[in-house]
Amino acid sequence: MKWDFAFTAEILPKMLWATGNTLLAAGMGYAIAAVIGLLFALAQRTPLRILTYITREIVEFIRSTPLVLQIFFVYYVGPEYGLYLSPWVAGMIAIGLHYAAYLSEVYRGGIESVPKGQWEACTAINLTTMQTYRRIVLPQALPPAIAGMGNYLVAIFKDTPILSVIGVAELMQAANAVGGQNYRYLEPYTMVGVIFLVISLTSARAIRWFEATVRRKLGMQ
Amino acid sequence: MMEDLSSYPLELGGPNIPMVRFMKVRKSYGDLIVLDNLNLDIAASEMVTIIGPSGSGKTTVLRMLMTLETINGGVIYVDGKPLTHMPQNGVLVPADARYLRKARSSIGMCFQHFNLFPHMTAIQNCMEGPVLVLGLSRREAQERAEELLVMVGMIDKKDQHPSRLSGGQQQRVAIARALAMRPKVMLFDEVTSALDPEVIGEVTNVIKDLVFKHRLTMLMVTHQMGFARDISDRVCFFYGGKIEEQGSPAELFSNPKSKRTQQFLSAVKAAD
Repeated sequence: MKWDFAFTAEILPKMLWATGNTLLAAGMGYAIAAVIGLLFALAQRTPLRILTYITREIVEFIRSTPLVLQIFFVYYVGPEYGLYLSPWVAGMIAIGLHYAAYLSEVYRGGIESVPKGQWEACTAINLTTMQTYRRIVLPQALPPAIAGMGNYLVAIFKDTPILSVIGVAELMQAANAVGGQNYRYLEPYTMVGVIFLVISLTSARAIRWFEATVRRKLGMQ
Repeated sequence: MMEDLSSYPLELGGPNIPMVRFMKVRKSYGDLIVLDNLNLDIAASEMVTIIGPSGSGKTTVLRMLMTLETINGGVIYVDGKPLTHMPQNGVLVPADARYLRKARSSIGMCFQHFNLFPHMTAIQNCMEGPVLVLGLSRREAQERAEELLVMVGMIDKKDQHPSRLSGGQQQRVAIARALAMRPKVMLFDEVTSALDPEVIGEVTNVIKDLVFKHRLTMLMVTHQMGFARDISDRVCFFYGGKIEEQGSPAELFSNPKSKRTQQFLSAVKAAD
C-alpha cells in the first residue's frame, strides 16, 4: 500500500475540523477538571471531617475505575434516571470529573508544599482563611503544580479519542469514518498520530515556558 | 475533660490591668506537658524576655499568645479581655474562629524563619495586611509601609522579593510587616537564631529602637543573652514548662538564685 497524497489532501479539511473538536473537548474537559479538582482539593482541607472523608472516597473511586466505563455510565445509565445528555455533555462531565480527581492530587501536593510558616504568618497578620488561600497559599502552590497540571493537560488531550465510543465527533471518530468510507486507513490514522504528536510536543514546551514565566513573575526561582 | 471556667473573670478590672495575663495556662501534647499552670503578667510597654533550655516551653508561650496553638487549660487575657475564650451567658467558653480573629488583632509576631511571602516584594509584604484586614486604601497602606521600611532601614530595597534579600534584611522587613498592623503587643520568636552572626546586629538594633523609642509591649524569646540583658525590663527563665526564676536583667544575670538558672547561664556563657 502506497501513501496517497491526493487522498491526504482531500481528507485534510475534515481532519483539521475534527482536530478543532478534539481541542475543544480537551479544553472544556480540562477547564471543568481544573475547577472541580480545586474544589476536591479544598474540600479535603476543611475542618469538616465528613466532607474530607466523602471527597477522598469519591476521588479514590474515580481514580480506581476506567475512564471509558465512566463515560458509558454517564451516557447510558443517566437516561435510566431521567438524565438525558448529549454525547458532548456526557463526555465533558465524565472526562472532567475523571481528571478532576487526578488534578485534585496535584493541587493537594502544591498546597502542601507551601511551608507551615506561611500559614502562621497569615494568622499573625490576621488574614481570613479565604484571603490566606487566595492571596498567599494558592499563588505559591501554583508553580510546583504547573508541571503536574501540564502532564494531565496532555493526558486529557490524548484521552479524547475515547469519546468516540459515544459518538463525539473528535479526531479519532473522523479518522474512523473517513477510513470506513474509503477503505483506506493508512492516511487517516497516520494523520491522527502526527496531529497528536505535534500538539502534545508543542503543549509540553508551552507548559515549561509557562512554569518558568510564572516563577519569574512571582519572584520565585 | 472540660475545665470549670466559672472562676475566671469575664474581663480584668481594677487599676493596673496588665496588657497580657496568662492565668493558670496549661498546654500539653498528649501526655507531654509543655506548660504547667503558667501565671505571667506583662504590663503595658513592658519588655519581657524569655530564656531557657530548648524544650522548656518558651516558644509555646508566644505561639499561644498569637493563637497559633490552642491551650488545654486556663485563660489568656489581652488588654483586659479574654483572648482564648469568649464570654457567653455570663461565663467563659472557648473562643470561636470569629472571636479569635478579632481578639488577635492586637498582637503581632515575628518568626525565627521570617516567613515573608516569597511572591511579594518587601513593600507588598507590608501592605497586604493593612489593605485586606485593616481596610486601608492602597495609598495609605503604601505610605505607612514606606515609613516603616524607612524605620527598619529597608526602604531602598522595597521593591525586592525576599529571595533577593539577606536573612537580616528579610527579618527587618518582617518586623515592618508586623508593625504595619499596629499591634499593641509584639512577639519576637528567636528572631536572630537563623541569622549569620554578622547580620544579627542589624536586627537587634531595630528591636532596640522599638523598645526605647516606641514603648510597645513586647515579649521575646532569644538565645542572645547580651541582647536580652541590654533591652529587657524583666527576664523570665523557663525550665520544664514553668517559670523557674524571673527578675530584672541585672538580678537574673548577675545574681541568679535558682541552681538551674545558674547552671543554664554558665552553660550558655561557656558556649559563647
